[in-house]
Amino acid sequence: MLRFIVRRVLQAVPTLFGLSILLFIWVRALPGGPEYALLPENATAEQRAALRRAMGLDDPVIVQYGAFLGRLLQGDLGQSLQTGRPVLTEFAMKFPATVELAVMAMIIAVSAGVPLGYLAARRSGGALDSLVVGGSLVGICTPVFFLAFVLKLVFAEQLGVFPSAFRQTPGIDATRITGLFVVDGIATREWDAAWDAFMHLVLPGLALASIPLAVIVRMTRAGVIEVLGEDYVRTAEAKGLHRRTVRGRHVLRNAMLPVVTAIGLLSGALLAGAVLTESVFAFGGIGQFIYSATQTRDYPVLLGFILIIAALYVLINLIVDISYSLLDPRVRVS
Amino acid sequence: MSARTERIDRLSELTAARREEAEGRGVWREAFARMSRNPMAITGAAVVAVFIVVAVLGDLIAPYGPTEQNWGDEVFPNQNVFVGPRAENWLGLDNLGRDQFSRMVIGARQTLLVGVVAAGLGFTAGALLGGLSGASYALGGAVGRRVDAVLMRFVDMMLALPSLLLAVSIAALLGQGLVTVMIAVGTAQVPIFARLLRGAMIAQGSRDYVLAARAIGARRRRIALTHILPNSMGPILVQLTLSLATAIIDAAALSYLGLGNPDPSVPEWGTMLADAQRFLSSAPQLAVYPALAIIVTALGFTLMGEALRESLDPRLRK
Amino acid sequence: MPAGPLLAVDDLSVTFTQRRRRDVKAVDGISFSLDEGSVVGLVGESGCGKSVTSLALMGLLPSRGVRVAGRAGFRPGGGDTEADLLSLPSRRMRDLRGRELAMVFQDPLSSLNPVVPIGRQVTEILVRHRGLKGRAARSAAADLLARVGIPDPGRRLREYPHELSGGMRQRALIAMAVACRPRLMIADEPTTALDVTIQAQILELLKELVTEEGTALLMITHDLGIVAGLCDEINVLYAGRVVESAQRHELFRAPTHPYTAGLLASIPRLHASRDLPLTPIRGTVNDAIDWTDGCAFAPRCDNYAEDCLGGPPHMREERAGHRFRCVHPVRTDAAAVSAEQSPAAPEPSAPKGEDR
Repeated sequence: MLRFIVRRVLQAVPTLFGLSILLFIWVRALPGGPEYALLPENATAEQRAALRRAMGLDDPVIVQYGAFLGRLLQGDLGQSLQTGRPVLTEFAMKFPATVELAVMAMIIAVSAGVPLGYLAARRSGGALDSLVVGGSLVGICTPVFFLAFVLKLVFAEQLGVFPSAFRQTPGIDATRITGLFVVDGIATREWDAAWDAFMHLVLPGLALASIPLAVIVRMTRAGVIEVLGEDYVRTAEAKGLHRRTVRGRHVLRNAMLPVVTAIGLLSGALLAGAVLTESVFAFGGIGQFIYSATQTRDYPVLLGFILIIAALYVLINLIVDISYSLLDPRVRVS
Repeated sequence: MSARTERIDRLSELTAARREEAEGRGVWREAFARMSRNPMAITGAAVVAVFIVVAVLGDLIAPYGPTEQNWGDEVFPNQNVFVGPRAENWLGLDNLGRDQFSRMVIGARQTLLVGVVAAGLGFTAGALLGGLSGASYALGGAVGRRVDAVLMRFVDMMLALPSLLLAVSIAALLGQGLVTVMIAVGTAQVPIFARLLRGAMIAQGSRDYVLAARAIGARRRRIALTHILPNSMGPILVQLTLSLATAIIDAAALSYLGLGNPDPSVPEWGTMLADAQRFLSSAPQLAVYPALAIIVTALGFTLMGEALRESLDPRLRK
Repeated sequence: MPAGPLLAVDDLSVTFTQRRRRDVKAVDGISFSLDEGSVVGLVGESGCGKSVTSLALMGLLPSRGVRVAGRAGFRPGGGDTEADLLSLPSRRMRDLRGRELAMVFQDPLSSLNPVVPIGRQVTEILVRHRGLKGRAARSAAADLLARVGIPDPGRRLREYPHELSGGMRQRALIAMAVACRPRLMIADEPTTALDVTIQAQILELLKELVTEEGTALLMITHDLGIVAGLCDEINVLYAGRVVESAQRHELFRAPTHPYTAGLLASIPRLHASRDLPLTPIRGTVNDAIDWTDGCAFAPRCDNYAEDCLGGPPHMREERAGHRFRCVHPVRTDAAAVSAEQSPAAPEPSAPKGEDR
């Protein structure tokens, strides 16, 4: 087991290393280097050249990359052109918001997707099945940002059931510990603050959940249909086990295996989707910051955030792989 | 004599009636036959057909030019004055007093173009990468496996980025433009195609018929091209159909992020949708038309892709 | 002594229906019976309906797209009350399955849940039907594994199916089947997926368990060699119907239906002259015609004549207990084969537990 983990970690290292090279080349190739971004527009060509020399931009590319990697390993990802703060600081400040949102979306997606997919599979070809399959296809085909706007328009602006923006009502008095507002509220027994933060999570959470929900429904359905045809389910039925034992231990447990893998891959879709939903709800997470970074061409932030997200994504899939091997004993031996 | 032949005829007739059902046809022909019976596939194909006709014949269908601000004096977005559907403008006017219907019709062409080029790009590059990788792994021995490992690390890097962020990075690099959107969205699709084709080829490579072909001394390139590749195309053809939908949706997302086509003279559904968000509460129809168009079109491609997947998947056959 | 057989199957038919497709009759009026403690074989090529029959008796056919007709009288607990397995409510069937009726399947690997330890898969049936809990269930499961010849049962309980050999897996499945001392056990090709040496061990184990526990066994196989060494009575199936039914010795001595004779003639025999060619049956099961059009075996039959067509031949009984469904039967002397000479009968003295 330990060897499996170590091997998977070692496999991820070259991927991330290569990615850092690619991103480094990418940021060098971007139109308009820092000599344009940092100096006023009326600066002379000599001034710009001097800055390039001072920043080491005229050194051989290998040397530049070495310096970049050295800074990277010290956690120095440069500074945001928008705020002037270090990129890593910006990330740390905004990350909890996105984590909270992504977890909310995943909870919605799994808790609705698995039962729906299961019911659809049990009666495959029936009315509920058609509805679920059709709904999930529409979900996949709906642009996330449009869904976010519609949810906001209907439930926040028209009906006023949920707040339309931010993570908590401005001015609310809340203690911050982890930066996860709901968790903080519960930990400090500030129930009002927790509830308020939760309500702020509902609409962006729903919008963000749309694609993972659709995917999980479809995978659960396909998995259950496949497993229902397996010989071991027939064996379980032949033993006369209670229906719920057959369903839980034999059908769902096996049908969930591909879904677990999908959750890892979907975490990427969540991070990308966060860029689209957070900006709609002014949620203030990394997604919204990436959105504003693309608007203002804040390249250090784009580079740094994308690199961190890639690392996180690799890490999440590593964790998923490991938990998969706990669920499926066959993986462990190979 | 005649009694005997008659008897044999009768027997063979009865046997043939039973046999016809068991007889197998070609995989693709059979898949196509199954699809033509599948209501999902038919719906999808109908939607796609309408979409393509509108995109191709847009100039003939659109009553006005997409950029003509003929009714600019009737619309005042700042004062929440918009014009809804009426006899001369079937879908009303947009925020600049242009005919919304004409813009939607002309926009179909740009949308189709973005979808086709982007999906085609992803398919071609991904299939090359995956095909090379898969063939090396399946037939190249130890050296081949190393080639495969190097190529796959590259694909892993691309996969390590959520596809939209990959598209955003590329769009940021290339600067705004229609071509940028195509390249960005297309590149983001490359790793999926590469992974799918490689996986299918490796699976085929270990099949007995490939071993048999190698045993009789067939050349590797020949085995790869005539045996392995044709049998591995199923998954990526399904993905190609699905990618047309994804490309259209991703292009819309790029437009929303301000990385779409900046040229206002060529309407595109994604850009139209992104622009219309500003007026969502006062004139929701401006967003709803392009949104519905995107959803329905993407749904059309997705339905076709799903139906194709189902008809090719032996496990789902009954 | 209770009256009547343990299981009496009467005119069982199973039809698969599909929209816009022709109905397929997989089982087309099968009748046979099985006495308490006896071993009965259902023999036929693949596609003749034998597995469908077993699933129908266990109530394991899907509820949609399948029509089951006929009667299968079963006396639960060996008492006088008879229940029809084909019409019992699913709740009652669930209570019977695993306790009174057990089944051993063909492919032991795919028949075991890959992600649940063997122990759990054995104990769950004890928990369900015998009300055992925790440690008691575990020790009973270990006893069961030992009983079916699995060495070191304590360790095996913690292992997963993929960690066991093919023979061990089948032993584990048999352990689950006998866990509640069922009155009837159905074995559907239990040795087909196994190596020859292990086949013999598994058959020996089944025979031993059946004799000791007094369990009746319905043995479903395509291999006449297996029934030769095991079964008291044999039913030969073709295209969903019983075409011949007799006691073991009688059937091997005097196969009467051309299909049975053909099956016997196509088995390689050790003592036969080397010059004597093997005589396979022409064609495949796909060549069968509908019984309503005549004898389904007619297209492949050497004795075929015109009067074989026109409708299904009736069951005839020329000697007591030996029934066959044929207009132009094979006369005994032509294809006499004695049961003693019968081919691949399992070696009874095969050593146990060698398949570890």
